[in-house]
Amino acid sequence: MSALTGRFGPGLAGLFLVLVGFWLAGLVLAPNLMMIDFALRPNLLPADVGGPLDTYSLDNLAYLAGEPVHREIFLKTVWASALVTIATFVVCYPLAFWLAQTASPSAASLVVLALVIPFWINEVLRTLAWYILLAFRGPLNAFLMNLGILDEPMRWYGDGGVLAGMVYAYILFMLFPIYNSIESLEKAQIEAARDLGAATWRIHLRIVIPHAKAGIATGCVFTFMLAAGSYVAPALLGAPGSRWFTQIIYNWFFEGGDWNRGAAYALVLLVLCLAVVLITLRVFRVSLTDVAK
Amino acid sequence: MTSAVALPPSPAMPARTPLASRAAAAIPKILFWIYVLAFFVYLFAPLVVMSAAAFNTSRFPTVTPWLGTTTDWFAQMVDDAAMWRALWTSAIVALGVVAIAVPVGTAAALVLTSLHARAKSVLYALMVSPLLTPGVVIGIATLVLWRQIGVGGGLLLIVLAQASFISAYVMLMVAARLQRFDRTLEEAALGLGASKLMVFRRVLLPFLKPALLAAALLATLQSIENYNTTLFVRGFETPLTVYIATKVRTGLTPAVNALALVMIAITIAGALAWEIARRLEARRSAASSS
Repeated sequence: MSALTGRFGPGLAGLFLVLVGFWLAGLVLAPNLMMIDFALRPNLLPADVGGPLDTYSLDNLAYLAGEPVHREIFLKTVWASALVTIATFVVCYPLAFWLAQTASPSAASLVVLALVIPFWINEVLRTLAWYILLAFRGPLNAFLMNLGILDEPMRWYGDGGVLAGMVYAYILFMLFPIYNSIESLEKAQIEAARDLGAATWRIHLRIVIPHAKAGIATGCVFTFMLAAGSYVAPALLGAPGSRWFTQIIYNWFFEGGDWNRGAAYALVLLVLCLAVVLITLRVFRVSLTDVAK
Repeated sequence: MTSAVALPPSPAMPARTPLASRAAAAIPKILFWIYVLAFFVYLFAPLVVMSAAAFNTSRFPTVTPWLGTTTDWFAQMVDDAAMWRALWTSAIVALGVVAIAVPVGTAAALVLTSLHARAKSVLYALMVSPLLTPGVVIGIATLVLWRQIGVGGGLLLIVLAQASFISAYVMLMVAARLQRFDRTLEEAALGLGASKLMVFRRVLLPFLKPALLAAALLATLQSIENYNTTLFVRGFETPLTVYIATKVRTGLTPAVNALALVMIAITIAGALAWEIARRLEARRSAASSS
Protein backbone atom coordinates (compact mmCIF):
# COMPACT_ATOMS: atom_id res chain seq x y z
CA MET A 1 0.00 0.00 0.00
CA SER A 2 2.85 2.39 0.74
CA ALA A 3 3.97 1.92 -2.86
CA LEU A 4 0.57 3.20 -3.96
CA THR A 5 0.63 6.33 -1.78
CA GLY A 6 4.27 6.90 -2.68
CA ARG A 7 3.42 6.95 -6.35
CA PHE A 8 0.09 8.76 -6.43
CA GLY A 9 -0.06 10.68 -3.16
CA PRO A 10 -2.56 9.97 -0.36
CA GLY A 11 -5.57 11.53 -2.10
CA LEU A 12 -5.48 9.56 -5.32
CA ALA A 13 -4.29 6.38 -3.63
CA GLY A 14 -7.21 6.64 -1.20
CA LEU A 15 -9.64 7.14 -4.07
CA PHE A 16 -8.29 4.07 -5.89
CA LEU A 17 -8.60 1.96 -2.77
CA VAL A 18 -12.16 3.13 -2.17
CA LEU A 19 -13.13 2.27 -5.76
CA VAL A 20 -11.53 -1.17 -5.61
CA GLY A 21 -13.03 -1.79 -2.17
CA PHE A 22 -16.48 -0.80 -3.41
CA TRP A 23 -16.15 -3.18 -6.34
CA LEU A 24 -14.73 -6.23 -4.60
CA ALA A 25 -16.58 -5.93 -1.31
CA GLY A 26 -19.82 -4.39 -2.49
CA LEU A 27 -20.34 -5.87 -5.94
CA VAL A 28 -18.49 -9.19 -5.76
CA LEU A 29 -18.09 -10.57 -2.23
CA ALA A 30 -21.17 -9.28 -0.40
CA PRO A 31 -23.68 -10.48 -3.01
CA ASN A 32 -22.14 -13.94 -3.13
CA LEU A 33 -21.99 -14.22 0.66
CA MET A 34 -25.61 -13.13 0.89
CA MET A 35 -26.52 -15.73 -1.69
CA ILE A 36 -24.87 -18.41 0.46
CA ASP A 37 -26.77 -17.08 3.49
CA PHE A 38 -30.04 -17.26 1.54
CA ALA A 39 -29.25 -20.76 0.33
CA LEU A 40 -28.80 -22.07 3.87
CA ARG A 41 -31.98 -20.56 5.35
CA PRO A 42 -35.56 -21.78 4.99
CA ASN A 43 -38.18 -19.85 3.01
CA LEU A 44 -40.29 -18.23 5.74
CA LEU A 45 -43.17 -15.82 6.02
CA PRO A 46 -41.94 -12.31 6.87
CA ALA A 47 -43.25 -12.71 10.43
CA ASP A 48 -41.10 -15.78 11.08
CA VAL A 49 -37.84 -14.27 9.80
CA GLY A 50 -35.42 -14.06 12.71
CA GLY A 51 -37.67 -16.29 14.82
CA PRO A 52 -37.04 -19.82 16.11
CA LEU A 53 -37.69 -21.35 12.68
CA ASP A 54 -34.99 -19.22 11.06
CA THR A 55 -32.03 -21.58 11.41
CA TYR A 56 -29.22 -22.58 9.08
CA SER A 57 -29.55 -25.96 7.43
CA LEU A 58 -28.71 -27.81 4.25
CA ASP A 59 -32.39 -28.49 3.53
CA ASN A 60 -32.48 -26.52 0.30
CA LEU A 61 -29.48 -28.39 -1.06
CA ALA A 62 -30.92 -31.70 0.13
CA TYR A 63 -34.11 -30.85 -1.74
CA LEU A 64 -32.20 -30.67 -5.01
CA ALA A 65 -30.56 -34.02 -4.30
CA GLY A 66 -33.91 -35.60 -3.45
CA GLU A 67 -36.09 -34.14 -6.18
CA PRO A 68 -35.76 -36.59 -9.10
CA VAL A 69 -36.78 -34.18 -11.89
CA HIS A 70 -34.50 -31.37 -10.74
CA ARG A 71 -31.62 -33.73 -10.04
CA GLU A 72 -32.04 -35.21 -13.50
CA ILE A 73 -32.04 -31.77 -15.13
CA PHE A 74 -28.97 -30.74 -13.15
CA LEU A 75 -27.02 -33.82 -14.18
CA LYS A 76 -28.15 -33.41 -17.76
CA THR A 77 -27.01 -29.78 -17.76
CA VAL A 78 -23.58 -30.89 -16.56
CA TRP A 79 -23.00 -33.52 -19.21
CA ALA A 80 -24.68 -31.54 -21.98
CA SER A 81 -22.39 -28.59 -21.17
CA ALA A 82 -19.43 -30.97 -21.39
CA LEU A 83 -20.74 -32.15 -24.74
CA VAL A 84 -21.10 -28.56 -25.95
CA THR A 85 -17.50 -27.93 -24.85
CA ILE A 86 -16.16 -30.96 -26.73
CA ALA A 87 -18.20 -30.16 -29.85
CA THR A 88 -17.02 -26.55 -29.82
CA PHE A 89 -13.42 -27.72 -29.49
CA VAL A 90 -13.75 -30.12 -32.42
CA VAL A 91 -15.33 -27.43 -34.59
CA CYS A 92 -12.71 -24.80 -33.71
CA TYR A 93 -9.40 -26.66 -33.48
CA PRO A 94 -8.67 -27.19 -37.21
CA LEU A 95 -9.50 -23.59 -38.07
CA ALA A 96 -7.43 -22.28 -35.15
CA PHE A 97 -4.48 -24.38 -36.34
CA TRP A 98 -4.83 -23.20 -39.91
CA LEU A 99 -5.13 -19.55 -38.84
CA ALA A 100 -2.11 -19.75 -36.58
CA GLN A 101 0.26 -21.86 -38.67
CA THR A 102 -0.65 -22.04 -42.35
CA ALA A 103 -2.67 -18.99 -43.37
CA SER A 104 -0.92 -15.95 -44.80
CA PRO A 105 -1.13 -12.91 -42.49
CA SER A 106 -3.59 -11.08 -44.73
CA ALA A 107 -5.83 -14.14 -45.13
CA ALA A 108 -5.72 -14.69 -41.37
CA SER A 109 -6.71 -11.12 -40.56
CA LEU A 110 -9.56 -11.30 -43.07
CA VAL A 111 -10.85 -14.53 -41.55
CA VAL A 112 -10.55 -13.12 -38.02
CA LEU A 113 -12.61 -10.12 -39.12
CA ALA A 114 -15.25 -12.42 -40.61
CA LEU A 115 -15.30 -14.41 -37.38
CA VAL A 116 -15.68 -11.38 -35.16
CA ILE A 117 -18.75 -9.99 -36.95
CA PRO A 118 -21.28 -12.59 -35.74
CA PHE A 119 -19.96 -12.17 -32.22
CA TRP A 120 -20.42 -8.46 -31.95
CA ILE A 121 -24.10 -9.21 -32.36
CA ASN A 122 -25.65 -10.10 -29.06
CA GLU A 123 -26.40 -13.61 -27.89
CA VAL A 124 -30.16 -13.10 -27.96
CA LEU A 125 -30.14 -12.13 -31.64
CA ARG A 126 -27.75 -14.96 -32.51
CA THR A 127 -30.08 -17.41 -30.81
CA LEU A 128 -33.09 -15.80 -32.46
CA ALA A 129 -31.42 -16.43 -35.82
CA TRP A 130 -31.27 -20.14 -34.96
CA TYR A 131 -34.85 -20.04 -33.73
CA ILE A 132 -35.94 -18.81 -37.17
CA LEU A 133 -33.67 -21.18 -39.07
CA LEU A 134 -34.81 -24.27 -37.16
CA ALA A 135 -38.56 -23.52 -37.11
CA PHE A 136 -40.80 -26.47 -38.03
CA ARG A 137 -41.88 -24.75 -41.26
CA GLY A 138 -38.59 -22.92 -41.42
CA PRO A 139 -35.76 -22.66 -43.94
CA LEU A 140 -33.66 -25.62 -42.78
CA ASN A 141 -36.54 -28.09 -43.12
CA ALA A 142 -37.55 -26.57 -46.47
CA PHE A 143 -33.96 -26.81 -47.71
CA LEU A 144 -33.46 -30.42 -46.62
CA MET A 145 -36.82 -31.46 -48.10
CA ASN A 146 -35.93 -29.75 -51.39
CA LEU A 147 -32.72 -31.74 -51.52
CA GLY A 148 -34.72 -34.87 -50.82
CA ILE A 149 -32.79 -35.59 -47.60
CA LEU A 150 -35.97 -35.30 -45.54
CA ASP A 151 -39.44 -36.48 -46.56
CA GLU A 152 -41.25 -34.50 -43.91
CA PRO A 153 -40.16 -31.67 -41.59
CA MET A 154 -38.09 -32.49 -38.49
CA ARG A 155 -38.63 -31.00 -35.05
CA TRP A 156 -35.24 -29.38 -34.43
CA TYR A 157 -36.19 -27.58 -31.23
CA GLY A 158 -34.94 -29.66 -28.31
CA ASP A 159 -31.55 -31.18 -27.55
CA GLY A 160 -30.21 -30.84 -31.10
CA GLY A 161 -31.30 -27.20 -31.45
CA VAL A 162 -29.83 -26.29 -28.07
CA LEU A 163 -26.52 -27.96 -28.98
CA ALA A 164 -26.31 -26.21 -32.37
CA GLY A 165 -27.20 -22.82 -30.89
CA MET A 166 -24.76 -23.11 -27.98
CA VAL A 167 -21.79 -24.27 -30.06
CA TYR A 168 -22.55 -21.34 -32.34
CA ALA A 169 -22.74 -18.88 -29.47
CA TYR A 170 -19.41 -19.89 -27.89
CA ILE A 171 -17.16 -20.50 -30.94
CA LEU A 172 -15.07 -17.39 -30.37
CA PHE A 173 -14.44 -18.12 -26.69
CA MET A 174 -12.86 -21.40 -27.83
CA LEU A 175 -11.23 -20.30 -31.07
CA PHE A 176 -9.22 -17.28 -29.97
CA PRO A 177 -7.44 -18.76 -26.94
CA ILE A 178 -6.43 -21.81 -28.99
CA TYR A 179 -5.36 -19.64 -31.93
CA ASN A 180 -3.21 -17.46 -29.67
CA SER A 181 -1.48 -20.43 -28.10
CA ILE A 182 -0.81 -22.28 -31.38
CA GLU A 183 0.56 -19.10 -32.90
CA SER A 184 3.57 -19.20 -30.59
CA LEU A 185 4.54 -22.68 -31.79
CA GLU A 186 7.64 -22.69 -34.02
CA LYS A 187 6.81 -23.93 -37.52
CA ALA A 188 10.20 -25.66 -37.55
CA GLN A 189 9.03 -28.07 -34.85
CA ILE A 190 6.20 -29.32 -37.02
CA GLU A 191 8.47 -29.59 -40.05
CA ALA A 192 11.06 -31.49 -38.06
CA ALA A 193 8.45 -33.96 -36.86
CA ARG A 194 7.18 -34.41 -40.39
CA ASP A 195 10.66 -34.90 -41.79
CA LEU A 196 11.22 -37.59 -39.20
CA GLY A 197 8.13 -39.36 -40.55
CA ALA A 198 5.45 -38.48 -37.98
CA ALA A 199 1.89 -38.78 -39.26
CA THR A 200 -0.32 -35.69 -39.19
CA TRP A 201 -2.49 -36.93 -36.30
CA ARG A 202 0.65 -37.75 -34.33
CA ILE A 203 2.08 -34.28 -34.86
CA HIS A 204 -1.12 -32.78 -33.47
CA LEU A 205 -1.32 -35.19 -30.56
CA ARG A 206 2.32 -34.97 -29.52
CA ILE A 207 3.38 -31.45 -30.49
CA VAL A 208 0.59 -29.00 -31.25
CA ILE A 209 -1.92 -29.95 -28.55
CA PRO A 210 0.63 -30.15 -25.71
CA HIS A 211 2.01 -26.78 -26.79
CA ALA A 212 -1.46 -25.23 -26.93
CA LYS A 213 -2.77 -26.74 -23.68
CA ALA A 214 -3.09 -23.39 -21.90
CA GLY A 215 -5.25 -22.04 -24.72
CA ILE A 216 -7.26 -25.23 -24.95
CA ALA A 217 -7.87 -25.24 -21.19
CA THR A 218 -8.92 -21.59 -21.30
CA GLY A 219 -11.32 -22.14 -24.18
CA CYS A 220 -12.84 -25.22 -22.56
CA VAL A 221 -13.26 -23.56 -19.18
CA PHE A 222 -15.05 -20.55 -20.63
CA THR A 223 -17.23 -22.60 -22.94
CA PHE A 224 -18.29 -24.94 -20.15
CA MET A 225 -19.09 -22.09 -17.78
CA LEU A 226 -21.07 -20.20 -20.42
CA ALA A 227 -22.95 -23.32 -21.51
CA ALA A 228 -23.87 -24.39 -17.97
CA GLY A 229 -25.03 -20.85 -17.18
CA SER A 230 -26.82 -20.30 -20.48
CA TYR A 231 -30.44 -19.24 -20.40
CA VAL A 232 -31.35 -17.93 -23.89
CA ALA A 233 -30.46 -21.00 -25.96
CA PRO A 234 -32.48 -23.52 -23.92
CA ALA A 235 -35.34 -21.04 -23.53
CA LEU A 236 -35.63 -20.36 -27.28
CA LEU A 237 -34.31 -23.53 -28.91
CA GLY A 238 -35.33 -26.08 -26.31
CA ALA A 239 -38.39 -28.25 -25.93
CA PRO A 240 -40.14 -29.30 -22.70
CA GLY A 241 -37.86 -32.34 -22.63
CA SER A 242 -34.65 -30.33 -22.85
CA ARG A 243 -34.98 -28.01 -19.86
CA TRP A 244 -31.80 -26.47 -18.52
CA PHE A 245 -30.81 -26.01 -14.87
CA THR A 246 -30.89 -22.20 -15.21
CA GLN A 247 -34.56 -22.44 -16.17
CA ILE A 248 -35.33 -24.26 -12.92
CA ILE A 249 -33.48 -21.54 -11.01
CA TYR A 250 -35.44 -18.86 -12.82
CA ASN A 251 -38.70 -20.57 -11.89
CA TRP A 252 -37.82 -20.61 -8.19
CA PHE A 253 -37.34 -16.88 -8.31
CA PHE A 254 -40.14 -15.69 -10.54
CA GLU A 255 -42.74 -18.45 -10.53
CA GLY A 256 -42.18 -20.72 -7.53
CA GLY A 257 -41.60 -17.80 -5.19
CA ASP A 258 -38.96 -19.58 -3.13
CA TRP A 259 -35.84 -17.45 -3.32
CA ASN A 260 -34.01 -19.52 -0.75
CA ARG A 261 -34.26 -22.64 -2.83
CA GLY A 262 -33.41 -20.62 -5.95
CA ALA A 263 -30.32 -19.25 -4.20
CA ALA A 264 -29.33 -22.78 -3.17
CA TYR A 265 -29.62 -23.97 -6.77
CA ALA A 266 -27.63 -20.96 -8.01
CA LEU A 267 -24.98 -21.77 -5.40
CA VAL A 268 -24.74 -25.33 -6.74
CA LEU A 269 -24.27 -23.94 -10.26
CA LEU A 270 -21.57 -21.56 -9.04
CA VAL A 271 -19.71 -24.29 -7.15
CA LEU A 272 -19.94 -26.58 -10.18
CA CYS A 273 -18.43 -23.94 -12.47
CA LEU A 274 -15.67 -22.96 -10.04
CA ALA A 275 -14.82 -26.63 -9.48
CA VAL A 276 -14.59 -27.26 -13.23
CA VAL A 277 -12.41 -24.17 -13.66
CA LEU A 278 -10.03 -25.01 -10.81
CA ILE A 279 -9.75 -28.71 -11.62
CA THR A 280 -9.17 -28.06 -15.33
CA LEU A 281 -6.51 -25.47 -14.59
CA ARG A 282 -4.82 -27.81 -12.10
CA VAL A 283 -4.90 -30.77 -14.50
CA PHE A 284 -3.52 -28.73 -17.41
CA ARG A 285 -1.13 -26.88 -15.05
CA VAL A 286 -2.33 -23.50 -16.25
CA SER A 287 -2.32 -20.41 -14.04
CA LEU A 288 -5.24 -18.04 -13.69
CA THR A 289 -3.13 -15.25 -15.20
CA ASP A 290 -2.99 -17.16 -18.49
CA VAL A 291 -6.74 -17.64 -18.51
CA ALA A 292 -7.88 -14.05 -18.15
CA LYS A 293 -6.33 -12.19 -21.03
CA MET B 1 -6.58 -32.74 -42.38
CA THR B 2 -4.59 -29.54 -42.28
CA SER B 3 -1.41 -28.25 -43.76
CA ALA B 4 0.04 -31.51 -45.03
CA VAL B 5 0.37 -30.14 -48.52
CA ALA B 6 2.36 -27.03 -47.82
CA LEU B 7 5.33 -29.08 -46.69
CA PRO B 8 7.73 -31.08 -48.85
CA PRO B 9 7.00 -34.82 -49.00
CA SER B 10 8.88 -36.60 -46.29
CA PRO B 11 11.63 -39.06 -47.19
CA ALA B 12 9.92 -41.68 -45.05
CA MET B 13 6.91 -41.75 -47.38
CA PRO B 14 6.82 -44.72 -49.72
CA ALA B 15 7.64 -43.82 -53.32
CA ARG B 16 4.61 -43.39 -55.56
CA THR B 17 4.09 -42.31 -59.11
CA PRO B 18 3.99 -38.49 -59.21
CA LEU B 19 0.38 -38.34 -60.33
CA ALA B 20 -0.97 -40.73 -57.69
CA SER B 21 1.00 -39.07 -54.91
CA ARG B 22 -0.20 -35.66 -55.97
CA ALA B 23 -3.80 -36.88 -55.89
CA ALA B 24 -3.27 -38.49 -52.49
CA ALA B 25 -1.70 -35.32 -51.18
CA ALA B 26 -4.66 -33.27 -52.41
CA ILE B 27 -7.25 -35.20 -50.38
CA PRO B 28 -6.47 -33.65 -46.97
CA LYS B 29 -6.45 -30.25 -48.60
CA ILE B 30 -9.86 -30.80 -50.19
CA LEU B 31 -11.30 -32.14 -46.93
CA PHE B 32 -9.93 -29.13 -45.11
CA TRP B 33 -11.54 -26.66 -47.51
CA ILE B 34 -14.86 -28.49 -47.25
CA TYR B 35 -14.57 -28.07 -43.49
CA VAL B 36 -13.77 -24.34 -43.83
CA LEU B 37 -16.72 -23.90 -46.17
CA ALA B 38 -19.04 -25.73 -43.75
CA PHE B 39 -17.69 -23.64 -40.87
CA PHE B 40 -18.51 -20.37 -42.57
CA VAL B 41 -21.90 -21.58 -43.79
CA TYR B 42 -22.63 -22.52 -40.16
CA LEU B 43 -21.41 -19.09 -39.06
CA PHE B 44 -23.31 -16.95 -41.55
CA ALA B 45 -26.36 -18.91 -42.71
CA PRO B 46 -28.39 -18.08 -39.57
CA LEU B 47 -27.55 -14.38 -39.87
CA VAL B 48 -28.31 -14.29 -43.60
CA VAL B 49 -31.66 -16.03 -43.08
CA MET B 50 -32.56 -13.72 -40.20
CA SER B 51 -31.66 -10.63 -42.23
CA ALA B 52 -33.43 -11.78 -45.38
CA ALA B 53 -36.60 -12.56 -43.42
CA ALA B 54 -36.92 -8.84 -42.65
CA PHE B 55 -37.94 -8.33 -46.29
CA ASN B 56 -40.49 -11.15 -46.54
CA THR B 57 -44.17 -10.24 -46.22
CA SER B 58 -44.79 -13.43 -44.17
CA ARG B 59 -45.99 -12.55 -40.66
CA PHE B 60 -43.77 -15.14 -39.04
CA PRO B 61 -40.13 -14.33 -39.84
CA THR B 62 -38.91 -16.87 -42.38
CA VAL B 63 -37.59 -17.06 -45.92
CA THR B 64 -39.55 -20.17 -46.94
CA PRO B 65 -42.00 -19.62 -48.50
CA TRP B 66 -41.16 -16.20 -49.90
CA LEU B 67 -44.52 -14.45 -49.97
CA GLY B 68 -43.35 -11.18 -51.46
CA THR B 69 -40.74 -8.50 -50.91
CA THR B 70 -41.54 -5.58 -48.63
CA THR B 71 -39.88 -2.94 -46.51
CA ASP B 72 -42.98 -2.50 -44.31
CA TRP B 73 -41.31 -4.25 -41.37
CA PHE B 74 -38.73 -1.50 -41.17
CA ALA B 75 -41.51 1.10 -40.95
CA GLN B 76 -43.16 -0.98 -38.23
CA MET B 77 -39.90 -1.20 -36.33
CA VAL B 78 -39.42 2.56 -36.46
CA ASP B 79 -43.00 3.05 -35.22
CA ASP B 80 -42.59 0.58 -32.36
CA ALA B 81 -42.60 2.79 -29.26
CA ALA B 82 -41.81 -0.16 -26.95
CA MET B 83 -38.64 -0.88 -28.93
CA TRP B 84 -37.46 2.72 -28.56
CA ARG B 85 -38.18 2.64 -24.82
CA ALA B 86 -36.16 -0.59 -24.55
CA LEU B 87 -33.28 0.99 -26.48
CA TRP B 88 -33.41 4.01 -24.18
CA THR B 89 -33.33 1.78 -21.10
CA SER B 90 -30.30 -0.07 -22.49
CA ALA B 91 -28.56 3.24 -23.23
CA ILE B 92 -29.09 4.53 -19.67
CA VAL B 93 -27.84 1.26 -18.21
CA ALA B 94 -24.78 1.30 -20.48
CA LEU B 95 -23.99 4.87 -19.43
CA GLY B 96 -24.21 3.90 -15.76
CA VAL B 97 -22.04 0.83 -16.29
CA VAL B 98 -19.34 2.83 -18.10
CA ALA B 99 -19.42 5.47 -15.35
CA ILE B 100 -18.72 2.79 -12.71
CA ALA B 101 -16.68 0.17 -14.53
CA VAL B 102 -14.10 2.42 -16.21
CA PRO B 103 -12.92 4.22 -13.03
CA VAL B 104 -13.17 1.05 -10.94
CA GLY B 105 -11.31 -1.11 -13.48
CA THR B 106 -8.61 1.52 -13.93
CA ALA B 107 -8.14 1.89 -10.17
CA ALA B 108 -7.96 -1.90 -9.86
CA ALA B 109 -5.24 -2.16 -12.52
CA LEU B 110 -3.22 0.60 -10.80
CA VAL B 111 -3.60 -0.98 -7.35
CA LEU B 112 -2.43 -4.33 -8.76
CA THR B 113 0.81 -2.85 -10.12
CA SER B 114 1.78 -1.58 -6.68
CA LEU B 115 1.39 -4.93 -4.95
CA HIS B 116 3.86 -7.73 -4.48
CA ALA B 117 3.58 -11.27 -5.73
CA ARG B 118 1.48 -13.00 -3.07
CA ALA B 119 -1.09 -10.28 -2.34
CA LYS B 120 -1.20 -9.52 -6.04
CA SER B 121 -2.17 -13.04 -7.07
CA VAL B 122 -4.89 -13.27 -4.40
CA LEU B 123 -6.39 -9.93 -5.38
CA TYR B 124 -6.07 -10.76 -9.06
CA ALA B 125 -7.96 -14.04 -8.58
CA LEU B 126 -10.73 -12.16 -6.78
CA MET B 127 -10.89 -9.54 -9.53
CA VAL B 128 -11.21 -12.01 -12.41
CA SER B 129 -13.60 -14.30 -10.52
CA PRO B 130 -16.71 -12.50 -11.88
CA LEU B 131 -15.58 -13.49 -15.40
CA LEU B 132 -15.63 -17.15 -14.39
CA THR B 133 -19.00 -16.87 -12.65
CA PRO B 134 -22.12 -17.67 -14.69
CA GLY B 135 -24.05 -14.50 -15.49
CA VAL B 136 -27.25 -15.76 -13.90
CA VAL B 137 -25.42 -16.26 -10.58
CA ILE B 138 -24.16 -12.66 -10.62
CA GLY B 139 -27.71 -11.45 -11.18
CA ILE B 140 -29.15 -13.63 -8.42
CA ALA B 141 -26.47 -12.72 -5.89
CA THR B 142 -27.02 -9.00 -6.53
CA LEU B 143 -30.78 -9.44 -6.27
CA VAL B 144 -30.74 -11.22 -2.89
CA LEU B 145 -28.22 -8.79 -1.38
CA TRP B 146 -30.26 -5.71 -2.19
CA ARG B 147 -33.55 -7.23 -1.14
CA GLN B 148 -32.14 -7.30 2.39
CA ILE B 149 -32.15 -3.50 2.41
CA GLY B 150 -35.43 -3.19 0.56
CA VAL B 151 -34.16 -2.43 -2.94
CA GLY B 152 -35.84 -4.45 -5.69
CA GLY B 153 -34.81 -5.15 -9.25
CA GLY B 154 -34.59 -2.11 -11.55
CA LEU B 155 -32.13 0.23 -13.22
CA LEU B 156 -29.84 0.52 -10.19
CA LEU B 157 -29.46 -3.23 -9.76
CA ILE B 158 -28.97 -3.83 -13.49
CA VAL B 159 -26.13 -1.29 -13.49
CA LEU B 160 -24.49 -2.69 -10.33
CA ALA B 161 -24.78 -6.32 -11.40
CA GLN B 162 -23.36 -5.62 -14.86
CA ALA B 163 -20.60 -3.41 -13.46
CA SER B 164 -19.44 -6.22 -11.18
CA PHE B 165 -18.12 -8.27 -14.11
CA ILE B 166 -17.57 -5.55 -16.74
CA SER B 167 -15.12 -3.85 -14.33
CA ALA B 168 -12.99 -6.98 -14.65
CA TYR B 169 -12.76 -6.55 -18.44
CA VAL B 170 -11.73 -2.92 -17.97
CA MET B 171 -9.12 -3.95 -15.40
CA LEU B 172 -7.59 -6.46 -17.85
CA MET B 173 -7.45 -3.96 -20.72
CA VAL B 174 -5.92 -1.19 -18.61
CA ALA B 175 -3.44 -3.61 -17.00
CA ALA B 176 -2.31 -4.76 -20.46
CA ARG B 177 -1.56 -1.18 -21.47
CA LEU B 178 0.11 -0.38 -18.13
CA GLN B 179 2.66 -3.14 -18.76
CA ARG B 180 4.14 -1.04 -21.54
CA PHE B 181 4.30 2.13 -19.46
CA ASP B 182 7.74 3.57 -18.86
CA ARG B 183 7.90 4.56 -15.18
CA THR B 184 10.90 6.80 -15.78
CA LEU B 185 8.53 9.29 -17.44
CA GLU B 186 6.81 9.76 -14.08
CA GLU B 187 10.13 10.18 -12.31
CA ALA B 188 11.23 12.75 -14.87
CA ALA B 189 8.04 14.76 -14.37
CA LEU B 190 8.42 14.60 -10.58
CA GLY B 191 12.05 15.67 -10.91
CA LEU B 192 10.93 18.68 -12.90
CA GLY B 193 8.70 19.72 -10.03
CA ALA B 194 5.27 18.35 -10.99
CA SER B 195 3.00 17.24 -8.16
CA LYS B 196 1.91 13.59 -7.95
CA LEU B 197 -1.61 14.55 -8.95
CA MET B 198 -0.28 16.44 -11.94
CA VAL B 199 1.92 13.53 -13.00
CA PHE B 200 -1.13 11.29 -12.92
CA ARG B 201 -3.22 13.72 -14.95
CA ARG B 202 -0.62 14.81 -17.46
CA VAL B 203 1.58 11.71 -17.87
CA LEU B 204 -0.20 8.51 -16.90
CA LEU B 205 -3.77 9.31 -17.94
CA PRO B 206 -2.84 10.47 -21.47
CA PHE B 207 -0.80 7.29 -21.88
CA LEU B 208 -3.78 5.17 -20.78
CA LYS B 209 -6.27 7.09 -22.92
CA PRO B 210 -6.46 4.63 -25.86
CA ALA B 211 -7.03 1.74 -23.46
CA LEU B 212 -9.66 3.73 -21.56
CA LEU B 213 -11.55 4.57 -24.74
CA ALA B 214 -11.41 0.96 -25.94
CA ALA B 215 -12.54 -0.22 -22.50
CA ALA B 216 -15.45 2.23 -22.50
CA LEU B 217 -16.51 0.95 -25.92
CA LEU B 218 -16.23 -2.68 -24.83
CA ALA B 219 -18.14 -1.93 -21.61
CA THR B 220 -20.93 -0.30 -23.62
CA LEU B 221 -21.20 -3.28 -25.96
CA GLN B 222 -21.07 -5.78 -23.10
CA SER B 223 -23.76 -3.89 -21.25
CA ILE B 224 -26.14 -3.55 -24.19
CA GLU B 225 -25.78 -7.18 -25.19
CA ASN B 226 -26.10 -8.61 -21.69
CA TYR B 227 -29.09 -10.81 -21.04
CA ASN B 228 -28.38 -13.49 -18.41
CA THR B 229 -27.45 -11.17 -15.56
CA THR B 230 -30.01 -8.52 -16.50
CA LEU B 231 -32.86 -11.04 -16.58
CA PHE B 232 -32.72 -11.54 -12.81
CA VAL B 233 -32.26 -7.93 -11.68
CA ARG B 234 -34.43 -6.13 -14.20
CA GLY B 235 -37.49 -5.74 -12.00
CA PHE B 236 -40.05 -4.10 -14.28
CA GLU B 237 -37.47 -2.63 -16.65
CA THR B 238 -37.19 -3.92 -20.21
CA PRO B 239 -33.80 -3.40 -21.83
CA LEU B 240 -33.33 -4.24 -25.50
CA THR B 241 -32.21 -7.87 -25.14
CA VAL B 242 -35.09 -8.63 -22.78
CA TYR B 243 -37.47 -6.92 -25.20
CA ILE B 244 -36.28 -9.08 -28.10
CA ALA B 245 -36.46 -12.30 -26.08
CA THR B 246 -39.97 -11.43 -24.87
CA LYS B 247 -41.07 -10.84 -28.46
CA VAL B 248 -40.38 -14.47 -29.25
CA ARG B 249 -42.99 -15.46 -26.68
CA THR B 250 -45.55 -12.73 -27.25
CA GLY B 251 -45.61 -12.53 -31.04
CA LEU B 252 -42.54 -12.45 -33.17
CA THR B 253 -42.85 -10.47 -36.40
CA PRO B 254 -40.18 -9.57 -38.97
CA ALA B 255 -40.04 -6.12 -37.34
CA VAL B 256 -37.60 -7.77 -34.91
CA ASN B 257 -35.61 -9.01 -37.92
CA ALA B 258 -35.52 -5.47 -39.25
CA LEU B 259 -34.03 -4.42 -35.90
CA ALA B 260 -31.56 -7.30 -36.10
CA LEU B 261 -30.51 -6.26 -39.60
CA VAL B 262 -29.90 -2.70 -38.46
CA MET B 263 -27.78 -4.00 -35.57
CA ILE B 264 -25.85 -6.30 -37.92
CA ALA B 265 -25.21 -3.40 -40.32
CA ILE B 266 -23.92 -1.23 -37.46
CA THR B 267 -21.78 -4.13 -36.29
CA ILE B 268 -20.20 -4.70 -39.70
CA ALA B 269 -19.55 -0.99 -40.14
CA GLY B 270 -17.99 -0.90 -36.67
CA ALA B 271 -15.85 -3.98 -37.30
CA LEU B 272 -14.62 -2.56 -40.62
CA ALA B 273 -13.87 0.84 -39.09
CA TRP B 274 -11.98 -0.87 -36.27
CA GLU B 275 -9.96 -2.96 -38.74
CA ILE B 276 -9.15 0.04 -40.95
CA ALA B 277 -8.07 2.07 -37.92
CA ARG B 278 -5.91 -0.84 -36.78
CA ARG B 279 -4.22 -1.15 -40.18
CA LEU B 280 -3.59 2.58 -40.43
CA GLU B 281 -2.09 2.50 -36.97
CA ALA B 282 0.09 -0.49 -37.88
CA ARG B 283 1.27 1.22 -41.06
CA ARG B 284 2.02 4.42 -39.17
CA SER B 285 4.03 2.66 -36.47
CA ALA B 286 5.86 0.65 -39.16
CA ALA B 287 6.67 3.89 -41.00
CA SER B 288 7.92 5.63 -37.87
CA SER B 289 10.13 2.74 -36.80
CA SER B 290 11.86 2.34 -40.17
